[in-house]
Amino acid sequence: MTAVAVALVQVLVVALGGLLLTGLMAKVRARAEGRVGAPVTQPLRDVAKWLGRESPRATAGTALAIVPTVVVATTALAATLVPLAGVGLVDATGADALVVVFLLLTGSLALAVGGLATATAFGGMGASRAMTLSALAEPALLVAVAAFAVPAGSLSLPAMLGHALDQPLTMVSPSHVLAALALLVVVVAETGRMPVDNPSTHLELTMIHEAMTLEYGGRDQALVSLGAAMRLGLLLGMLGVLTVPWGLATSAAPLALLGGLALSALKATVLAVVIALAEVHSAKLRLFRVPELLAAAFVLAALAIVVGVVAR
Amino acid sequence: MRRRVAEIGASELVAQAGALLATHRLATIVAHDEGDRLRVAYVFLAGPPDDRVELHVLLDARRPVVPSLAALSFPAGRFERAMRDGFGIEPEGHPAPRPLAHHGHWPADYHPLRRGAPARPELADDAAAYPFTPVEGAGVYEIPVGPVHAGLIEPGHFRFSVVGETILKMTPRLWFVQRGLERLGEGCTSEGLLALAERVSGDSAVTHALAATLALEEATGQQAGPDAWRARHALLELERVTRHILDIGAIVGDTGMSVVQARALVLGERLVRHGAQLTGHRLLRGVIRPGGGLLRAPLEATLYREVAERLDELVGLATRNTIVADRLAGTAILGADDARRLGVVGPVARASGLADDARVSQPLVGGTVLRTQDAGDVRARLDQRVVEAHDSLARLARWAEGEDVASPEVAPAAGGAGLGVVEGWRGVAVHRVRLDAGRVARWSVTDPSFLNWPALAVALRHTIVPDFPLANKSFNLSYAGNDL
Repeated sequence: MTAVAVALVQVLVVALGGLLLTGLMAKVRARAEGRVGAPVTQPLRDVAKWLGRESPRATAGTALAIVPTVVVATTALAATLVPLAGVGLVDATGADALVVVFLLLTGSLALAVGGLATATAFGGMGASRAMTLSALAEPALLVAVAAFAVPAGSLSLPAMLGHALDQPLTMVSPSHVLAALALLVVVVAETGRMPVDNPSTHLELTMIHEAMTLEYGGRDQALVSLGAAMRLGLLLGMLGVLTVPWGLATSAAPLALLGGLALSALKATVLAVVIALAEVHSAKLRLFRVPELLAAAFVLAALAIVVGVVAR
Repeated sequence: MRRRVAEIGASELVAQAGALLATHRLATIVAHDEGDRLRVAYVFLAGPPDDRVELHVLLDARRPVVPSLAALSFPAGRFERAMRDGFGIEPEGHPAPRPLAHHGHWPADYHPLRRGAPARPELADDAAAYPFTPVEGAGVYEIPVGPVHAGLIEPGHFRFSVVGETILKMTPRLWFVQRGLERLGEGCTSEGLLALAERVSGDSAVTHALAATLALEEATGQQAGPDAWRARHALLELERVTRHILDIGAIVGDTGMSVVQARALVLGERLVRHGAQLTGHRLLRGVIRPGGGLLRAPLEATLYREVAERLDELVGLATRNTIVADRLAGTAILGADDARRLGVVGPVARASGLADDARVSQPLVGGTVLRTQDAGDVRARLDQRVVEAHDSLARLARWAEGEDVASPEVAPAAGGAGLGVVEGWRGVAVHRVRLDAGRVARWSVTDPSFLNWPALAVALRHTIVPDFPLANKSFNLSYAGNDL
């Protein structure tokens, strides 16, 4: 029962937190550039506003209609599996890291299908770019997560994190640092941040993620934006707990769980601020340079596994 | 300044123009409706020393045909197309005499600049599709963009033929903002014409106001005093440096480094407010007028020096960033040969290595340093703006501290016609005015954008689609100035 409640709360926190983090990152960038910027709650207000509107659709057919739901549903399901509050709650075999990665990939795939279904040049262009980059980012993400799994010898997220909490010394290793760096690069790419994608551009020709979502409006737009924000919240949360797992509850005590969740949210917030500040002095890579960045992340992650296995 | 006007027969045109083009640049082709005959003036410029040659050809108004110069000069072919739209003058032997500005809904025989042409023609169905050249082959697809864009920019449609991410061909479709300016100018007084000239392109109010003023002064023999000339020189350089700094910010902003753009916007805004104090208008309107025009406030040397320092800082911030440097280098290269053949002008031409600046060839004041870059890529166009902005700021500071400014002598021209040539921030603007009993009988405007638009498409070959906004910003051409 506690496990179900925690899972539901996690989804809620990831959704709300993701929207607020999106707003926070925009705010940090604005202030660093000397602008006032929109309130941190702006994405939340936008989604709330759009939810009350009907959804005009560019083309008939089911693809456009179900894509927003699929994006939110897969991300929400993934949010139930990542131990953001505590490690001792669910049967460890269910919360497999591979399942989380594939759920996120399903969301990406759905967005790309939606982009193609709009039958516009921008939608297709965005889908093609997103899939090209996904094909490079997903392997790097898998390998990076696998690198974290080496010390525990298990791909189950609670087992990995439980092992790290039991034997914190396993984290004082080059392998852990390499894996964290690789995961950071992949998270930046997967959430469409600089230097891979520019979330604040209005230039359609340069877009990757946004190009696929141009044709959504109303409730559909709300869900797609919510999905993107949840993805940001979840990936930042996951990066936080995998890199620095301390604070996660090891029991089912409500206070410990609450504390664990709050600490995870704090870690994600710190990461978001750091990424946003780095973005201010960064620029967008030339599209054909992005594969080099993702290949570097893949190599870092592969090295982390090699070093981890040798050290074991 | 040396001025020559020669009336020649249509049959001599190709030979004479060909000989002139070896040493001169074709600045514009202007047609006049004189009732039963049409006069076509071909304006050639060279310098230094400033040399201006006009070849006039008289045509029968009932069947106006001129031999085309398109084979000799690419810009000539475009001027001829504009003349064909406005006057119905057929360029004989033109390889592609398609309409430029002629609106699809206008009747084919409607030529708005002919005498007696109604201001509003009977609109017909636009039955013909716009002739985009189809590009075919495995994997080639089209991306249509605009004319309505997501940002606050002017309307233009761009048709990309793309394979993968590489642009094979880009065809711009412009002429969405045609206002009929040249026709509106007919019958105006000097004051009325200046109001129109300041609205040719809002960001080039000084350039066009000064070009129209020079043309009017040449036509009337009016002289401006030294203080008016001080104001003209200062405002022209102030407009240049303001627009260059905003362009520098916009180019870097398109790489995603928005902090540099934010800082450039702050600098630009300080200069705009300073300009508003000098002229009473943020776009620097209202001061430059034939025979006079004074600044309302003194120039501020400390401001120009401080802006120069801040400019150095923000350019350093951008160019030291390896990602920005990589995005700019080698992007959208316009080779010197292409630039020369297309007749490109302004900073874009100088960034491709062409030593071409009307401040040197048709000087209003001495001391312009002619600077060029070699690469012809986005980086070169950025660097060119940076050095020009610094030159302008240094000159403004010297003028503010009391350095003497020359007032060129304007000798009145014969026949009530005058020519104004001004190197604005975007390139050279050429105005030609012909007066009749104190009123404007014909006003012709050539904005540098008219000459530079075709070069954008050439520079884009083999550029990737996501680099288009960057390439486009590095040209920053005017739609309104092109469409008129």
